[in-house]
Amino acid sequence: MALAAVVFCIGLFGVVTRRNTIGILLGIELMLNAVNINLVAFARFGADVTGMVFTMFTICITVAEAALGLAIVILLFRVRRTVMADHLDLLKG
Amino acid sequence: MTGEMVAFWGLAVLLVGSALAVVLSKNLFHAVLWLALALTGTAGVFLLLEAEFIAWVQLLLYAGGIVTIVVFAIVVTERLVGERISQTSRRIAGGAIVAGALLASILSAILEQPLAAARPALPAELTRDLGEAVLTRFVMPFELLALLMLAALMSAIYFARPDD
Repeated sequence: MALAAVVFCIGLFGVVTRRNTIGILLGIELMLNAVNINLVAFARFGADVTGMVFTMFTICITVAEAALGLAIVILLFRVRRTVMADHLDLLKG
Repeated sequence: MTGEMVAFWGLAVLLVGSALAVVLSKNLFHAVLWLALALTGTAGVFLLLEAEFIAWVQLLLYAGGIVTIVVFAIVVTERLVGERISQTSRRIAGGAIVAGALLASILSAILEQPLAAARPALPAELTRDLGEAVLTRFVMPFELLALLMLAALMSAIYFARPDD
């Protein structure tokens, strides 16, 4: 549990501080990973397979999210020639 | 200290160290390789928790799939921009304060409720039970997941289409 909390917070730190969008995605991966550790640990200590089923679902969703996120990054890169989150101010009025 | 405890602490140190390296390393490519190490370490934690199937899924999908995709994205964007992407972080102090505060609150909540250390016995054929649960109790989320995958696949292809 504590291990998962530490990894989650490191991931949060990465999301908050990175300027590169790919770096932000890596932070999100770390956070999801920490959640998976928690789910499996609960499943183990509760002797219930439900947690492991949920872990499988989260892993699959994370893969979809990563593929889509990187597709967006590449598209963004084509349009704006940058992957830095600070430069992405298309919505600025 | 049993061998299991030693393995757990070794994996914990590996996991935390590589996770820190992911968010702190200057070279984005190195960060991805550290992420691969962190994900492999997580698979090790799953093995320690006797969740073999999840551990293999983790290795195949995460360490195999995601790392490959991320490396691919980095190579593409680097080649297009024609220079190495080094990454800088901003507002490190603020991020550290936010993350540290959250960590402290989560840890205090965890420590208030000590977990039962006893491990109940798992069913003998865990993977089989897992498959049965997925296709009976959780068949609806399973199908929704298939739909999500299809949507993600199609939209990724749509995003990556050549300019016309």
